[in-house]
Amino acid sequence: MAGNSNGGFLAWIDERFPFTETVKKHLTEYYAPKNFNFWYYFGSLALLVLVLQIVTGIFLTMNYKPDAKQAFASVEYIMRDVDWGWLIRYLHSTGASMFFVVVYLHMLRGIMYGSYRKPRELLWIFGMVIYVCLMAEAFFGYLLPWGQMSYWGAQVIVNLFAAIPFGIGEPLAQWIRGDFVISDTTLNRFFAFHVIALPLALVALVFLHIVALHQVGSNNPDGIEIKKNKDPKTGLPLDGIPFHPYYTVKDSVGTVGFLAIFAAILFFAPEMGGYFLEYNNFIPADSLKTPEHIAPIWYFTPFYAMLRAVPPMFGSQFPGVLVMGLAVVIFFFLPWLDKGAVKSIRYRGSLYKGWLAAFIVSFIILGICGVLPTSIWGQFEKALPIVGGVDVATFVARIFTIVYLAFFFLMPWYTKRDKTKPEPERVT
Amino acid sequence: MVGDSADPKRRRYLLIATSSLGAIGAVAAVTPLVFSMFPSERVKAAGAPVEVDISKLEPGMLLTIEWRGKPVWIVNRTKEMLDRLDKGLDQLADPTSSAGNQPDYAKNSMRARQEHANILVVEGVCTHLGCSPTFRKEVGPADLGADWQGGFYCPCHGSKFDLAARVFKGAPAPTNLNVPPYTYLSDTVLLVGQDSAVKGA
Repeated sequence: MAGNSNGGFLAWIDERFPFTETVKKHLTEYYAPKNFNFWYYFGSLALLVLVLQIVTGIFLTMNYKPDAKQAFASVEYIMRDVDWGWLIRYLHSTGASMFFVVVYLHMLRGIMYGSYRKPRELLWIFGMVIYVCLMAEAFFGYLLPWGQMSYWGAQVIVNLFAAIPFGIGEPLAQWIRGDFVISDTTLNRFFAFHVIALPLALVALVFLHIVALHQVGSNNPDGIEIKKNKDPKTGLPLDGIPFHPYYTVKDSVGTVGFLAIFAAILFFAPEMGGYFLEYNNFIPADSLKTPEHIAPIWYFTPFYAMLRAVPPMFGSQFPGVLVMGLAVVIFFFLPWLDKGAVKSIRYRGSLYKGWLAAFIVSFIILGICGVLPTSIWGQFEKALPIVGGVDVATFVARIFTIVYLAFFFLMPWYTKRDKTKPEPERVT
Repeated sequence: MVGDSADPKRRRYLLIATSSLGAIGAVAAVTPLVFSMFPSERVKAAGAPVEVDISKLEPGMLLTIEWRGKPVWIVNRTKEMLDRLDKGLDQLADPTSSAGNQPDYAKNSMRARQEHANILVVEGVCTHLGCSPTFRKEVGPADLGADWQGGFYCPCHGSKFDLAARVFKGAPAPTNLNVPPYTYLSDTVLLVGQDSAVKGA
């Protein structure tokens, strides 16, 4: 019989399912560049956190009640009365924040080394769709504890859709809520989205992301293709090493390091001073009273700051919503905006480096602005031209919103003009 | 036709016809799912008017009631508060409430029914993104600036409204707060959600 030379169980399997073939293709004979650095941990770490969120999520649903009258109490019940419930819940809530930390670093890696450039455009787009789904997943999940922040956060975000003009907005917002305000109906459906619809989509998208990655091969810190230099005898890339065992071992080091940090946060600061779990969310939702100061959870604050920064135009707040949406959607176009002669930051000139630095600074400052109330730094003097009477924090957010968008919109110009260094023939 | 020769034109036509019909079927199948997400009949029915006794509402005080799941404020404005409404109109985005988010009887500088002009009835829902602003009746507090004349401040995005719930220029909120339909059943009993005491009017 075929494949019987090795005999045994594995041969039996391989005749019926491409097990050995798949392992070879994607692990033991999948050649990745040999020069991966620290930044290449975050892909596998994102996968790890995804698994963690799914597993802890399953156990949370065993005790959680998606009902406006019971939701808040059921979360407290998990925290106080369910054996190890506090651990499962904190794993899930800390996991959510760590997911975004890992994903933001993973995205920054892609930007720094030009991993979105040809032939990896589709890989990047799958990644961006994952990011958008992840934001939706986090948003739906945040309503479930039914605290004050859950409620008012959802109120604001759903009302973003109500800002769409031409009579579409309000019916659309009602369609999302299933009610005229955030209510039990909304909670129930957000639960459905959070535990089944989006996790399914995320798992499918992650699969597609990896399939696309293995089709084109990984980029590397030098931004050059290892497939260009193959051993004439074996046909294998000279600068490649098999993913398994080399990168499985490297990634386990990353995993251990990550879990050490994760555990430290989990056991000593699961609320992270109100940034991972906001204090106002320990007050049950009250539809009649907005908390004194509301801010979304930290990973949304850069976009939230942009939303607040844009003044209404033509009697509509839609421009703010548009700018916020644009700040996310623009990432999809990165492969076509970048006209640079090289991919990696290592061989880019000072012009690109300056713009990237300005972008990172804008993202962080907008993130800080989004956490703070707009009145925090007071107002400009009334007498001043243009800015008179405007909140200083709003003005700062406006400046950095412009810088953030300029990073993308001016990219075709400054990447072309940039004085790049020559790329090496082989990875360094 | 008999024989081995295929007719590509005919094949193409059949392919398009079959896929179109399939697509129409798919849209039809998804329709009930999409429509199931709109507000249900029970939700739509839960919008009855609310009666409020305002006899204990002292001047300068605010009372929050719930109507259609939304907070509705009833403010008993003092004489001084009303006097301040006519000042600094140039700082308001729409001092005459031309945008029309109130019933006609509240389309005046007080934004209230004339017979009880001191009583402001307004939905406590910011026209920006639906937060509920905070009642800040004090004059010139440190965080809102020395020329703050009392009004409402939205904690979410910093929109400011005066004591007639009219929005200030430069705020993210595009329009004045909405005044719901309301009427007086007697001098101290208010009905929120209906324009007149007659049922169904």
